Amino acid sequence: MIHVSGVSKTYGTQTVVDDVSCYIKDGGITSIIGPNGAGKSTLLSMVSRLLPMDAGAVTIDGLDVSKTAGKELARKMAILRQDNQLTVRLTVRDLVGFGRFPHNNGRPTANDKAHIEQALEYLDLTSMADKFVDELSGGQRQRAFIAMVLAQDTDYLLLDEPLNNLDMKHSVEMMRLLRRLTDELGKTVVLVIHDINFASCYSDSIIAMRSGRLVHQGPPAQIMHAEVLRDVYEIDIRIEEIEGNRIGVYFA
Amino acid sequence: MADTVLPAALTQHKRRTVKTVRPRTWIILLGLLTAVLVAVFMTIDLRGNLGYILPRRAIKIGSMLLVAYAVGVSTVLFQTVTANRILTPSIMGFDALYMLIQTGLTFAIGGQALLSMGAPARFVIEVMLMVAFSFLLYRWLFTGGGKSLHLMLLVGIVFGTMFRGISSLLQRLIDPSEFIILQDLFFASFNNVDGLLLAVSALAVAAASIPIWRMRRELDVLALGRDTALNLGVNHRGAVTTVLMVCAVLVAVSTALVGPITFFGLLVASLAYLLCSHFRHTFVLPIAVLLGAIALVGGQLVLEQVFSFDTALSIVIEFAGGLLFIALLLKGSVK
Repeated sequence: MIHVSGVSKTYGTQTVVDDVSCYIKDGGITSIIGPNGAGKSTLLSMVSRLLPMDAGAVTIDGLDVSKTAGKELARKMAILRQDNQLTVRLTVRDLVGFGRFPHNNGRPTANDKAHIEQALEYLDLTSMADKFVDELSGGQRQRAFIAMVLAQDTDYLLLDEPLNNLDMKHSVEMMRLLRRLTDELGKTVVLVIHDINFASCYSDSIIAMRSGRLVHQGPPAQIMHAEVLRDVYEIDIRIEEIEGNRIGVYFA
Repeated sequence: MADTVLPAALTQHKRRTVKTVRPRTWIILLGLLTAVLVAVFMTIDLRGNLGYILPRRAIKIGSMLLVAYAVGVSTVLFQTVTANRILTPSIMGFDALYMLIQTGLTFAIGGQALLSMGAPARFVIEVMLMVAFSFLLYRWLFTGGGKSLHLMLLVGIVFGTMFRGISSLLQRLIDPSEFIILQDLFFASFNNVDGLLLAVSALAVAAASIPIWRMRRELDVLALGRDTALNLGVNHRGAVTTVLMVCAVLVAVSTALVGPITFFGLLVASLAYLLCSHFRHTFVLPIAVLLGAIALVGGQLVLEQVFSFDTALSIVIEFAGGLLFIALLLKGSVK
């Protein structure tokens, strides 16, 4: 379980994340939604110890992220930020192999190889495993990085806008994959996402943020209501129920 | 994913197609070339008192190899922890800092006192000051996240200019006779390296190499950038601090031996990345060092034998390195 208690982040006079507390249960997908500048990515960065917090604490399975050794956390939780630029020239397989670093300290075993191949398989990257990452399209590169954190074999997977750079087909595939990871492998996935309809269709729980504060948390059925979404986004969103999913219509 | 393994996936594992020369082969080839150059340098035109000439040549070769090692390793490491291919310790003002420390010491305790201290003691004090100051000045810049390359480049240029400015102010304030002593230190070249200084430098370089050898696998992860390194459980802050300290020692060694050479590191590191098709530091580092050794020993040999003047090597290297720096900037590798 991820427990966030009273977490804040301030830059100068601007409070980006303001006293956020929540529980994220084990298993299932939790989506963090909210308008630009709501502090979603900042919160995720603090939960994943990429960014030190100014106040509050985060524990993952009882491990305090600010105090636990990096390597121990790296076997428990993986984080992937958006736009990952590489200055090194690597093949996809090498990149995915780095996911095993917390387990093998850079000395690969047969077991690591199996994990790498399995992650490549999961992301449908086996055919391009020997290509260099800089030769891939944006979407393929995104999948290569996801394969890396998958090879890391952690219980918790934190993803900052994993649908960035992906077209509709790959977005759907990505969300299905995350669903499979939670259903088949029992992982806990937390993601920051902009598309409320993806959040609605695929998540078990939604956390809605606005100007640094957590304003709503609950299952999609509870969050996907016109009045709740107006509170979050300050626009009117009509909710339609299509094949059991609540879909927000906000294009016109 | 537990340990549930798909055996089918294993059989699909394809060998990496070898298109270019493998890094191990490069290391052997470059190593051989270095050995040949060193042998030629030691034996060419060997006339007169061998007992006098050979030790002198050995010191010269030794200092060139040590500088090649210090510059190659410090540049590659520095580029790894800053996750870019443009910044080098020299561009960030490390060697200007070292010269400021030399000037400051002369200013504070006087040139005569400094000389009477002897080269090794002086060098040890300078290296300690160098490590302390680079820790204070640079650590904040590289350990935090989200600093743009342009900001770092700018800070480096400002630091370098400031260090050189303070140095030249101090040089104007000191006694002219002391300035001459200082100038002797600055215009060091491979032709007047002190044997004892070389030995102390070699010890310093060996000591600085120990932590690097121990963290060689972490270095590969650090090159992926701060966020990814943290995700994979590398203590980014600690590793970057270690690398900065090591760079400070290595830059001190090369600057003490030959004076500041701004673009040499950039030149050998860029060439090494170009030749080495593999990202691992166990390959890139030796290739960078060997390329440096070949450039220095070969360059010195050509200049001495073909053009019969021997002070212009740094000018040639700076010229080529400067061109490369501009090319890299124009190519848009600055992100």
